[in-house]
Amino acid sequence: MAANDGRIEKVSIIISKGSLEGIYPGLIMANGARAEGMEANLFFTFFGLDAIHRTRIGKIKIATVGNPGLHLPTWLGAIPGVSAAMTRYMARQMDKYDIPPIPEFVEMIADTGAGLYGCKASVDLFGFRREDFIDQVKDIITVGEFYEMAAGGEIVFT
Amino acid sequence: MTTKTIAGHEVEVNDEGFLVDPGQWTEEMAADLARDEGIDALGDRHWRVLRFVRREYEEKGSGPTVRALGKTSGVPVKELYELFPKGPAKVAAKIAGIPKPRGCI
Repeated sequence: MAANDGRIEKVSIIISKGSLEGIYPGLIMANGARAEGMEANLFFTFFGLDAIHRTRIGKIKIATVGNPGLHLPTWLGAIPGVSAAMTRYMARQMDKYDIPPIPEFVEMIADTGAGLYGCKASVDLFGFRREDFIDQVKDIITVGEFYEMAAGGEIVFT
Repeated sequence: MTTKTIAGHEVEVNDEGFLVDPGQWTEEMAADLARDEGIDALGDRHWRVLRFVRREYEEKGSGPTVRALGKTSGVPVKELYELFPKGPAKVAAKIAGIPKPRGCI
């Protein structure tokens, strides 16, 4: 580790949001880091835990309310079914550009050798148990353990 | 761009060590290129991936991403990273003498 030629050797990426647009960037960065031969770890905290939650991982939706990037009036975004329809639209677009659905992507990232970790404080806060998370999750760790693991590399918060 | 001698052949490589002209590549260069990437010996499974990326490049003009490799080369993602720990798509492309794939996934 720690070559001094300015190359990044290791990244620790925090995913803290539970929406589709909150989860994908961190996954793409982790996968890309592994593809470049870097060590990568993913730390899921707060609503980001949905991305490793057994039953929620397949139900992640795009936020259609309070999301100015979508250029959709708030009242329209609030109508039942709009979030699901936008999510389906995004899924089709992503498939076109070879971006996998979240469950497949998370599994693939684990296969690349990246470590997946849940945040203990959030797991406790939401009353989750270890069994609530997909098998690819290596451990539920404290923030202190996260920093220990991240030592010597870059930390990316999303 | 620099000139480099690989397996007795003079070839042009770019700053990252990728062959500038994939047409200059021959199979006997693979072992030398692999050693530069920390792979001491190329086995059957490595060759399966190398021939696959080579064929993809010849057909489509660019090498496959890791996801595409995992889905279509017959070598799953986990094993791809065991064979090419420094990044399967990138390293296999380098050893197979084709340009670095530019996909983000």
